[in-house]
Amino acid sequence: MFYYISLYISLAIFIIGLIYKIYTWLSHKIGVDSKDIPTSKRLSSALKGIILTIFGSKILTLINVFFLDIILQRKVFNEDFFRWLTHILIYVAFMLLLFMHALDTFITSAIFPNYSATLNPFLFLRDLFGALVIIGVCMAIYRRFILRPPRLKTNSMDTYAIIILAVIMLSGIILEGTKIGSYSIYKSMVTDYAGLEEGEEEFKALTAFWVDKFGTISPDLKAPFEATLLEEGKELHEMSCSGCHSRPQWAFIGYPVAKAFKGAALGLDKGGIHTLLWYIHFLACFIGLAYLPFSKFLHIITSPLSLLANSVMDKKGSDPANIATRQALELDACTHCGACTSRCSVGIIVEEIENINILPSEKIQSIKALVSKKQTDETKFRLILDGTYLCTNCHRCTDVCPAGINLEDLWFSAREDMFQKDYPEFSVLSPLSFYRGLMRENIPQSDYDRPLIQAREAIASKYDLMKSPDKAVTLTPDNKELQGGLLLSDQAATFSACFGCQTCTNVCPVVAAYENPKEVLGMLPHQIMYATGLGIKDLAFGSQMLWDCLTCYQCQEQCPQGVKVTDVLYELKNLAIKNAESNVESVTG
Amino acid sequence: MKFALFLGCNIPARLTQYESSARAVLENLDVELVDIKEFNCCGYPLRNIDFKASILASARNLALSEKENLPILILCKCGFGMLKHAAHILKEDTTLRNEINTTLKKEGLEYKEGVEIKHLLSVLYHDIGIDTIKEKVTRPFKDLKIATHYGCHALRPSEIVQFDDPVNPTLFDNLVESTGAESIYWEKRLDCCGAPLTGVNDDLSMDLTKKKILNASQSGANYLCDACSYCHLQFDTVQKMIYSEGGEDHLLPAILYPQLLGLSMGIDRDTLGLVKNQIDITGIEGFLSD
Repeated sequence: MFYYISLYISLAIFIIGLIYKIYTWLSHKIGVDSKDIPTSKRLSSALKGIILTIFGSKILTLINVFFLDIILQRKVFNEDFFRWLTHILIYVAFMLLLFMHALDTFITSAIFPNYSATLNPFLFLRDLFGALVIIGVCMAIYRRFILRPPRLKTNSMDTYAIIILAVIMLSGIILEGTKIGSYSIYKSMVTDYAGLEEGEEEFKALTAFWVDKFGTISPDLKAPFEATLLEEGKELHEMSCSGCHSRPQWAFIGYPVAKAFKGAALGLDKGGIHTLLWYIHFLACFIGLAYLPFSKFLHIITSPLSLLANSVMDKKGSDPANIATRQALELDACTHCGACTSRCSVGIIVEEIENINILPSEKIQSIKALVSKKQTDETKFRLILDGTYLCTNCHRCTDVCPAGINLEDLWFSAREDMFQKDYPEFSVLSPLSFYRGLMRENIPQSDYDRPLIQAREAIASKYDLMKSPDKAVTLTPDNKELQGGLLLSDQAATFSACFGCQTCTNVCPVVAAYENPKEVLGMLPHQIMYATGLGIKDLAFGSQMLWDCLTCYQCQEQCPQGVKVTDVLYELKNLAIKNAESNVESVTG
Repeated sequence: MKFALFLGCNIPARLTQYESSARAVLENLDVELVDIKEFNCCGYPLRNIDFKASILASARNLALSEKENLPILILCKCGFGMLKHAAHILKEDTTLRNEINTTLKKEGLEYKEGVEIKHLLSVLYHDIGIDTIKEKVTRPFKDLKIATHYGCHALRPSEIVQFDDPVNPTLFDNLVESTGAESIYWEKRLDCCGAPLTGVNDDLSMDLTKKKILNASQSGANYLCDACSYCHLQFDTVQKMIYSEGGEDHLLPAILYPQLLGLSMGIDRDTLGLVKNQIDITGIEGFLSD
């Protein structure tokens, strides 16, 4: 009774959770394009898309992806054999346990009319599959907690997944072990199948045989037994038991567990240990089921969907409504396996720039929290934006994602979304913007320029002097630290050799590009060198020239004084960004 | 001859023809390439933001190839300049090197002696040599005028990169001429392509690109030849964006050097990825001798 009530409750939670998740895939907005598309339109587009794909030529692509990427896990195999083996062991063996063992009354019995859980090959196979899952779980634990590849993060969801699997498996195995040794279970089975009761002579013979051969722990009968008694027991066994009970030794994990518990078996049996374990076992399964839509196990559904959807969709040809839906679904398809992070081109810099959102596996979690409005903290938002921009768009995360998530497109959508909030993101003033520049035709012009203008303004606004060009500047250095040298690299202090000959400015292609360069660029290269030498930081940092520098090194190459002009400009940019960031931090608290 | 091939971020993602053509050409010249899967960003795009992060990224690549005891062969000029710069700084600044190594040691890496960093063009010119290349050129170009684009970060700062004479370089011109083409003189040949400001200040970036293309075209070039992922994306993808606004497609198509060399070696156009360029360059096959 309790079993069925808890089963139906967890099933109901699972179904409601799943429906809720589907609703979020159709309603969560990600990407500027998704803003004006209502859920109803997304639902109809999704249905239309699915039907057209299934009944079109793309069905072959889907079948191919289904077998190679979903069933055989090709992407994980190509990337890392250890991870592939871990996952295959867990998922294949667990699926087999689910169908063959948990759903045996529906599936196994239907296929095999003579099915009995205690009969081979089922008895053996159940333990075999259980062993495979346990090996897989141990490998997962080894990878996450002992091997610990660089920058692989383990969050509470990963730990939950490992724990719930471990509880299900261990409770199942110990349950089996205690049942093998259990006298009470033995007794009721003998009553049911052999029609014998305790006290009868035949009962004694059968029990002696089972105690001797199959590890049953009897309160009064102990080995050694007389051969005739065992012979009689064997006959009874063959008559009443062996038809649907193979040797329990075939349960090659459960049996050793029974042996291990031998000493305490009688006490445990009296205390009803197998009932307790049975409750733990099925309740753990039901909790896993009910919580599935909210845990990383949802990937059992979402990762295949993501793989299938991505195999038949592309940025240009697909309906924007479906792209929005796919991207919302993709946020749930992430298994936090860390493949993307291990291959991330800029992953290493997280050691220098403390922002875990640089790592794709963490970034997607943060973006998920933003999209579902669970993350509203301003400082954290800016870290997510910055982490999302610190990306060279090398596509490696997308190439290796075993769930087929188009991460690069996801970052692109998320970035453009976040820019709408008008926080300055200084990394836009670097070659990291190259990709965005190549993609500019996908972004409305006003949206395109906005973050660039904002970043420049946020930096310039700190340096008042640049706003009043006519103001007389005292030649007393206002920043001795700056004057003392730029300490980031070996170029420190070369600027102090500048005597203002203007060679750098004269060879600068940026200066040459403007009719009135001073108006556009603020300070020209030689003026920046000179201002740095004088320690006038407003002039050194506030100039637009910094951000329009091509880093072509013409100036540095030709400086007669050996001033490392380009390198000095690089360092000034670093410092200006650092100052601006601390400025924003102090404002936002 | 054996090198660790450094592809960087742009080439695998949006310039696969550079990889396939370079591999084909190098294979033809008996150069063995080793792929190091763990290579990461060269550090160049990070330099504006955080110097140390960019050096760290560079250093990790250097340490990875040092571990394999292989010199690096790099296809991109910006990456070449960055790796060279990082190697220089790590040699000079022992404090920084120690700090970087402390981080790298977390994943069992260390940058010690230094590794040789070579651009594709230096390998072709210095390690293989023009004569060997010419022996492999089976279908030299005829009457083809090429505007050879050097790329800033290969030439400057010359004391660090040591690629060629920064004022009067000849290395790339000689390589272009080894294919039978003529490498013409053009005034802006050593100028920047504009790529570093793409996405930052597009008007300025495109203006510079346009001026260069115009100058090359007016100097009589049929094609522009480059050997850098940023330069090429600028002269190909961005050029297309510039001219498509005016209804045209391009003024002067750009070809990657290994595509040019590969054609003259008789390597097929699919391997060289000719049709993968945004601007059609297949017309160049008409300049090949029979």
